[in-house]
Amino acid sequence: MDSQTVAIRQQAEIEHHEHEHPPYLRHHFETVEQQKEAVSFGMWLFLLTEIMFFGGLFMAYLLYRNWYYDAFVSASNTLGIGLGTTNTAVLILSSFTMAMGVYCAEMRNKRGLLISLSATILLGLVFLGIKTIEYHEKYTEHHIPGASFSIEDFTHPTDKRDVALAPDMAQHAQIFFFLYFAMTGMHALHMIIGISILFALLYKASKDAYTKGHTSTIDNFGLYWHFVDIVWIFLFPLLYLISRHPLH
Amino acid sequence: MHFFSPVLWQFLVKWLTEFALFPPQASAIAPYMDAFYFFLLLISLVGLVLVGLMVGTFSIMFRKEKNPQATHIEGSTLLEATWTIIPLALFMVCFVWGALLYFRIYNPPTNAMNIYIVGKQWMWKAEHPGGQHEINALHIPVDRDVQLTMISQDVFHSFSIPAFRVKREVIPGRYSTVWFRATQAGTYHLFCTQYCGTLHSAMIGDIVAMPPDDYRKWIAGSTSGQSLAQNGERLFASLGCNSCHSGTSGARGPNLAGIYRSKVTLEGGRTVTADDEFLRGSILNPTTHQMAGYAPIMPTYQGQVSEEGLIDLVEYIKGLDSNDRIHQTLNDSNFSPSQAGATGAAPNYRSEQLTGAKQLPDAKPDTSTSKGMGPSPQ
Amino acid sequence: MSTIVRLPNQQDATLPKRSYLNSEYGLKSWLLTGDHKRIAILYLISITFFFFLGGAFAGLIRLELLTPMPDLVASDTYNKLFTMHGIIMVFLFLVPSVPATIGNFVLPIMLGARDLAFPKINLLSWYLYIVAGIFTVSALVLGGVDTGWTFTTPLSTHYLNTHVITAAMGVFIAGFSSIFTGLNFIVTTHRMRAPGMTWFRIPLFVWSHYAASILMVLGTPVLAITLVLVALERLFGIGVFDPSKGGDPLLFQHLFWFYSHPAVYIMILPGMGVISEVISTFSRKRVFGYTAVAFSSVAIAVFGFFVWAHHMFIMGVSNYSALVFSLLTMLVAVPSAIKIFNWAATLYKGSITFETPMLYAFGFMGLFTIGGLTGVFLGSLGMDIHLTETYFIVAHFHFVMVGGMLMAYLAGVHFWWPKITGRMYPEGLSKLAAVVTFIGFILTFFPQFILGYLGMPRRYHAYPPEFQVLNVLSTAGATVLGIGYLLPMIYMTWSLKYGAIAGSNPWQATGLEWQIQSPPPTENFLEIPVVDHEAYDYEWLANKTQHEVTTVG
Repeated sequence: MDSQTVAIRQQAEIEHHEHEHPPYLRHHFETVEQQKEAVSFGMWLFLLTEIMFFGGLFMAYLLYRNWYYDAFVSASNTLGIGLGTTNTAVLILSSFTMAMGVYCAEMRNKRGLLISLSATILLGLVFLGIKTIEYHEKYTEHHIPGASFSIEDFTHPTDKRDVALAPDMAQHAQIFFFLYFAMTGMHALHMIIGISILFALLYKASKDAYTKGHTSTIDNFGLYWHFVDIVWIFLFPLLYLISRHPLH
Repeated sequence: MHFFSPVLWQFLVKWLTEFALFPPQASAIAPYMDAFYFFLLLISLVGLVLVGLMVGTFSIMFRKEKNPQATHIEGSTLLEATWTIIPLALFMVCFVWGALLYFRIYNPPTNAMNIYIVGKQWMWKAEHPGGQHEINALHIPVDRDVQLTMISQDVFHSFSIPAFRVKREVIPGRYSTVWFRATQAGTYHLFCTQYCGTLHSAMIGDIVAMPPDDYRKWIAGSTSGQSLAQNGERLFASLGCNSCHSGTSGARGPNLAGIYRSKVTLEGGRTVTADDEFLRGSILNPTTHQMAGYAPIMPTYQGQVSEEGLIDLVEYIKGLDSNDRIHQTLNDSNFSPSQAGATGAAPNYRSEQLTGAKQLPDAKPDTSTSKGMGPSPQ
Repeated sequence: MSTIVRLPNQQDATLPKRSYLNSEYGLKSWLLTGDHKRIAILYLISITFFFFLGGAFAGLIRLELLTPMPDLVASDTYNKLFTMHGIIMVFLFLVPSVPATIGNFVLPIMLGARDLAFPKINLLSWYLYIVAGIFTVSALVLGGVDTGWTFTTPLSTHYLNTHVITAAMGVFIAGFSSIFTGLNFIVTTHRMRAPGMTWFRIPLFVWSHYAASILMVLGTPVLAITLVLVALERLFGIGVFDPSKGGDPLLFQHLFWFYSHPAVYIMILPGMGVISEVISTFSRKRVFGYTAVAFSSVAIAVFGFFVWAHHMFIMGVSNYSALVFSLLTMLVAVPSAIKIFNWAATLYKGSITFETPMLYAFGFMGLFTIGGLTGVFLGSLGMDIHLTETYFIVAHFHFVMVGGMLMAYLAGVHFWWPKITGRMYPEGLSKLAAVVTFIGFILTFFPQFILGYLGMPRRYHAYPPEFQVLNVLSTAGATVLGIGYLLPMIYMTWSLKYGAIAGSNPWQATGLEWQIQSPPPTENFLEIPVVDHEAYDYEWLANKTQHEVTTVG
C-alpha cells in the first residue's frame, strides 16, 4: 500500500503541474482514481444496507410461509404468472439498457447514452404500469388484505387443481398478500426513486456531463439499478413461482 | 446449600433480607438463585478490584513526578492470553450454572399442580382447576410443586414473583409456563414486569402461600360454582364439539379421550406431543394442527371463545379419559348448542376485545344430523 | 499537580488568523457547508440540545419516583416521559454523540485526509438528524408517545392511540442519518488514508469508529424495516404481529433486537476509541497491545450481531436457542474485558498526569467494568430470569451507557476542545465537574442494582413503599449528576471567549490532528503528510518538537 500511495501522490503532483484539475475532481480527493474508487465503494456499501433493509421482509416471508404453507401456496397461485414473467423480462431488459448506457458513457457516445437512459426509463415505467395492473387485479378480486378481503377464492376455488382451504387457513392468505404488497411496494418505491434519478441523469447527459470522461455517476447509478433488478429476481420466484402448479 | 456453612448462610440470608437488599427466600429455587448471585457478585468484585488496583497503583507509582519518562511496551501475548482465557473460563462457568438454573425453572415437573393465569390490561386472573377464580391474587400451598400456565388476552405482560425468583413473559396467542415450589408461608409481591400501557404499575397483586391445611380451607371456601373442567364440558357441548369428537368409530373428529400428552401424528407426517398449547392451538387454528387421517373440516373458534373459555376447554380435555360423558351430553338438551349462556351461572365465554376477528361463514358447528350412540371405541 | 499541558506564552498568543471558523461568514456558509469540522459543530450544538431535553425528562422521572405513590404526573404522562427519555437519549444523543461530533471532526484529520469521502452526504446526515429531531419533538408536542423506546408490539400496534407513527418516523430518519455517517467513515478509512498510513498505523480511535460504522451500516436498516412494518400494521391492521390474525408478536422482538443489540455496540465503541486516545496521551505511551485492542473492536462488532435474543430469554424462545444466545453473549463480553485490561496495562511504566480527560477516562474504566460485568449477570440464563425487566437492567445499561459512554464523550469533548476551538477550558472547574459527575452517577444508579434484585420492575410509575429509601437515594444522586452535567455547559461556553489560547498541541499528543494548528484550517493540511511512524510514537513526537518552530497565529 505504501509504494502505491506514494506513486499515486507522485502521479497527482505530475497531473497537477500538467493539467488543470478536472472540474469534477473534488478537492478533498488527491486524484481522480481515488475519487472514483471512493464513490464506487460508497455505492456498494449503500447497496449492502439496502440488502439488510429488504432482509427484514424476507425474514417475515420465510417465517410465515413456514407456518401457513397451504395458504401461501394458494395465494401465490392467484398471482398472474404471465404479467409477472413479462415484468421480469422487462426489468432484465432495462438492466441491459442501463449497462449499455454505462458502456456508451465510457465510449463518450452521447447519443447512445441518451437512448439507453431513455429506454431504461421507458422499461421502468412499463414495469410500474404492469405492476399497477396487477395491483388493480388484486383489488377487483378482493385479495387486498384488510376489511375488503374475501376468502371465497380459497375456500371454494374455481380451478380444479387448487386445494380448498379451511376458513382459518384461508384467512392467513391475507398475510401472504400483505407481504406481497409490502415487498413489491418497497421494490416499486425504489424503482420510482430510480426512475426519478434517471430523468435527472438524462437531463444532465444531454448537457454532456457524462461523456467527457467522468462516468462515475452513470456507473454507480447503474449499480443501483442492477440492485433493484436483483431484488426483483429474488422476489419473483419467492412470490410467484415456488409451489406453483404448472401452466397456470 | 451443602457447600456453604449452614450457619453462615442463614446469617447472610437473614441479614440481607432484613436490610432489604434481598427479597425473602420463599421458594425452593431461591437459595440456588441467590447462591449464583453471590458467585457473580464475587467474581465481579474480584474483577473490579483487580482493575481498580491496576489503575490505582499504576497511576500512583507511575505518575509524572515519580516517572518522568514513559517506557514503551508494545504488548505481551502471554498477558493477552491470560486475560482472555481467565475471563472466558469464568464466563463459561456462569454460562453453565445459569443454563442449569434456567432449565430447572422452565421445565416443570410432570406432576405439578397446574393453575391457569390470564393476564390482561391491567389485571391478573388466576383460575384454579377446582373453579376458584382470583383477581390480582394467587393462593398456593406451601411445599407443593405449582405450575402456572399463562396467557395474555391482549399485549405482552410478565408474571413476576421476586420472592420466588421466578418470572415469565405472558404472551398473547400462546401459553407460557413457569413453576415453583413455595417453601415459606406468607404474602409476597406479584408484579407485571413487561410494560403494558397506562396502568402497568398497577398490575400488581399478592401471592399468598399457605400451609396445606389453610390452603385446603381456602379452596373449600372459595369455590364459585363449577370447576374449570365442568365449565369446559358445558362449553364443549354448547359449541358443538361433541358432535365430531364423539369418540365413536367413524367420527369426523379425532378421539379426545386420553389425548393429553400423547404423541399425535399430523398431516404431513410430523409427530408432536398434544400439550396445552397444542390443544388450544387446535381450537383456534385447526388447519395448522391437522391430524393425519381426518378431513380438514374443523372450523376455527377464533373470536368465539375467550381465553378463559379456552382454558376451560383445555382443562376439560386434559382430564378426559373416556367418552361416556360426551355421549351423555350429546343427548341431553341442556347441553345443546342453542342453549349456550342460558344455563344460569355459567360465566360469559364470548370473546372480549379480540381484535378484528371476523365471523367466518363456516364457523357454525353442524349439529343437524344426529349422532348414534354406537359403541365407544374405548 | 504537574501536568503535561504545554500552552503557548499567553502574553502574546493569539488564535490563528485563518481557520475553519472564520474562513467564511454567514449562516448559509454554515448551513450549506461541506466542511466536516463545521458539520461536527452543527452536530455538537444539536446533540447538546437533545441531551438536555432527554435529561429534563430523566429529572422528571426521578422526581416522580421520590415517592411510592403516583403523585407528580398522571400514569400516561409518566409513560410518555420514560419513552421520550429513551428515544431521545438512544437515537438522538448516544448513537450520534461521539461519531457525529468528535468522529466527524477528528477522523479525517487523524487519517491525514482533507475531508470525509462524501462531504455532501455528511451534511445530509446532519439534516436527516434535524428532521428526525423535529419529528420526535412533534410527537412530544402533539401529545407524546408511550410505547417505551422499544415499541413493543402488539401494544404499539393495536393498543395505544398516541403518536406512535410520528415517533417511529423520527427514529427511522435518525437511522438513515446514522447509516450515512457510518458509510462515510468506512469509505474514508479504506480510501483516504495519507501515504504511509497503513491499517496498523491508524489510531485506535479510527479502529473503533470503523467497527461501529460496520454495525451502523449493517444493523440500522433492519430497524428501519421493522418500524415500517409497525407503521403499516398500525395503519392497515393486517396482523403481521397480531396473534389473533395468525401473526407472531415475537417476530417483532427478533427484528427489533437484531438492530438494537448491535446499537449498544454502536454507542459504546466510539467511546472506547476516545478512551484509547486519552489513556495513551496522559500516560505518554503507546496503548498496550495495540493489535489486541484493534481486533477486539472488530470482534465486538462481529459478535455483537449474534447475541440479540438475550433480550428475549424469558419471552418464549426455545430453551435451546436461549442456550446458544447465552453462550454467544459470554463470548462477546471477552473483547471488552481485553480492552479494559489493555488500557490498565498501558498505565504501567507510563508517565501519568491527571488532566480532566484522564479523570473521565478513569471514571469510564471503573463504571464500564461494573456495567459490563453486570451484563454477564444478565447473560447467564438463570440469573436473567430473576433480574430481567427490573431495575437491575436499568442500572446495567445506565452504567455502560452513562457511566461508560457519556463519560467517554465528555472525556473526548474535553480532550479535543482545544483543537476544535483553539481555547482551553478551565482545568480546576472541569476536574470538579468530573468528580461531581462520578459521585452523582454512583449515587444515582448503584441503588438501582439493589432495587432490581429486590424485584422492583422497570417502567413503574408507582412502587411498593419498601422501595422508597433506595429510590430517594437515586433521585438525590440524579440531582448531583445534573449539576455535574450543567457545569461543563457553563464553563465550556465561557471558555469560547475567555479560555486560554491552546496552541496546536497543548497535550503533547501524537495524532496527526495535533500537528496542525488549533483551530484547524478548512483544508486541514497545507500539504498531505507522509506518515513514516507508528501510532502513539512519542519518540517521534519528541524528535519533532525539538526541531520545530512554532508559529502561533
